[in-house]
Amino acid sequence: MNYQVSEIRKDFPLLDKSFHDKPLHYLDSAVSGQMPLSVIERIRQYEMHEHTNVHRGVSTLSQEATDHFEAARTNVAKFLNTASSKEIVWTRGTTESINLVAQTWGRQNIKQGDEICLTEMEHHANIVPWQMLAESVGASLKIIPVDDRGELCLEELSKVLSPKTKLLALTHVSNVLGTINPIKQIISMAKQQIPSLTVLVDGAQAVAHIPVDVRDLDVDFYVFSGHKLSGPTGIGILYGREALLEAMPPWHGGGNMILSVSWNKTTYMASPGKFEAGTPPIAAAIGLGEAINYLSKLDFKEVHAHEQKLLKRASEGLKKIPGLRILGESSEKVSVISFVVEGVHPHDLGTLLDHEGIVIRAGHHCAQPLMERYKVPATTRASLAYYNNEADVDALIESTRKSVEMFHG
Amino acid sequence: MGNPREIYQQVILEHNKKPRNFGKIDDCTHQAEGHNPLCGDQLHLTLIVKDEVIQDIQFEGHGCAIDVSSASLMTTAVKGKKVEEALKLIHGFRALVRGEWSLSKHGELGKLVVFEGVKDLPVRVKCAVLPWATLQSALNGSSIASTE
Repeated sequence: MNYQVSEIRKDFPLLDKSFHDKPLHYLDSAVSGQMPLSVIERIRQYEMHEHTNVHRGVSTLSQEATDHFEAARTNVAKFLNTASSKEIVWTRGTTESINLVAQTWGRQNIKQGDEICLTEMEHHANIVPWQMLAESVGASLKIIPVDDRGELCLEELSKVLSPKTKLLALTHVSNVLGTINPIKQIISMAKQQIPSLTVLVDGAQAVAHIPVDVRDLDVDFYVFSGHKLSGPTGIGILYGREALLEAMPPWHGGGNMILSVSWNKTTYMASPGKFEAGTPPIAAAIGLGEAINYLSKLDFKEVHAHEQKLLKRASEGLKKIPGLRILGESSEKVSVISFVVEGVHPHDLGTLLDHEGIVIRAGHHCAQPLMERYKVPATTRASLAYYNNEADVDALIESTRKSVEMFHG
Repeated sequence: MGNPREIYQQVILEHNKKPRNFGKIDDCTHQAEGHNPLCGDQLHLTLIVKDEVIQDIQFEGHGCAIDVSSASLMTTAVKGKKVEEALKLIHGFRALVRGEWSLSKHGELGKLVVFEGVKDLPVRVKCAVLPWATLQSALNGSSIASTE
């Protein structure tokens, strides 16, 4: 294998930092992926030499900014293998993408008595917008349960779905358990049962780890955030089938999204324009396009093998610590490990690890219903990326072991 | 920032393992719920206050060691004390974990000084304060306290 993680790490300025006089071990990429220098430089170049607004006026500067902005959209479209770049809508992130669908497609298609099907492993971003919609139109939510290993109970799918189900909204990868859901199989099963069903997939935790082909998945909406993909924050993606996007009403009104405005009647642009009111985060969009360029130079198979090797090392090492239990042991998972330790609260562990330069997440991970399912108030989560190395994993294991010893005394 | 290992002193670890006054008083006169929405920590305090004296106090809920030990030590500190004295202790404790405490201004805190090191862990101050904010709500007659 010629995957040289030491070479890759050189592209990430932040990985060189120290915290509390210890080398930084960034094991929190599920919270936000680090940006390579090429992305940071691309944003800087835009702000220094290319900054203006897009889709405005006749200046060469504006035309060039628009070209870069639209080229980034094309990059995203290729990355997801969409039929057209018109199917890519810029948003602020996964949360906004889901709210957009809930408030436009949802309000148009989900009526009183209808059902929305979710899973027990959803992030709050894929729960709350649907709860808000359901409450306001008189629809109800149905939930696909998760088993003890952290996999969806697919045998329940046909029972949870009913002729009243209008939408299935589920995550591609669990941000807590790391489970990779068999999305293609689920969509195929669900649509066989209910041909009119619409499916939205939350790809926030998937895109940095597994290749996504929206046409192969036969998914209707696919959403993710740029910063989980080594891009900047403040930019996200809504993929929607062209016919669906065209039939949806606009969401936010304002400049940029109209064809013409008069006191009598306003007409809207075709999608994606009609969903992009106001000035978009231009530098962030261009930065995300650059992040995709960076990632596409890596061999996904090698990345996958590297991450899985680290995942195995971390899981095996952590499991040897007395009282430690890993949540999520699906056979198909990305390099995310959540765990709980008897008698040690994740926040205390988080504070102790932080002092050793180890950045992890402690808390409910915006997945409180899942915490309830496993009867834990919170977990400690380490999430590994393509730029992590064995030293990161070993530091995590050793510091966790030391901290737990202190508590168990 | 100080070494957090020093903050997790024996008394904090011990009270976390074996919290005092853990439970619920069914015939309480005062009670309040405390929430720390970012962490998900929850605390329920029940008290019997008679003749302006805290006759009994218990807590239940879940949280980190700083939260649980703070609640445990708080109940032992205020049990049997006048409401007025308890309010003064709340004031003193808040000052302590924010690094603003002085003996002349806030008075004796006894065992509670083990929490002084929390001032060096800004993200954890709210964990230590949650039980005290909840006590303040209970004594003031409002039933919900939040650290956010």
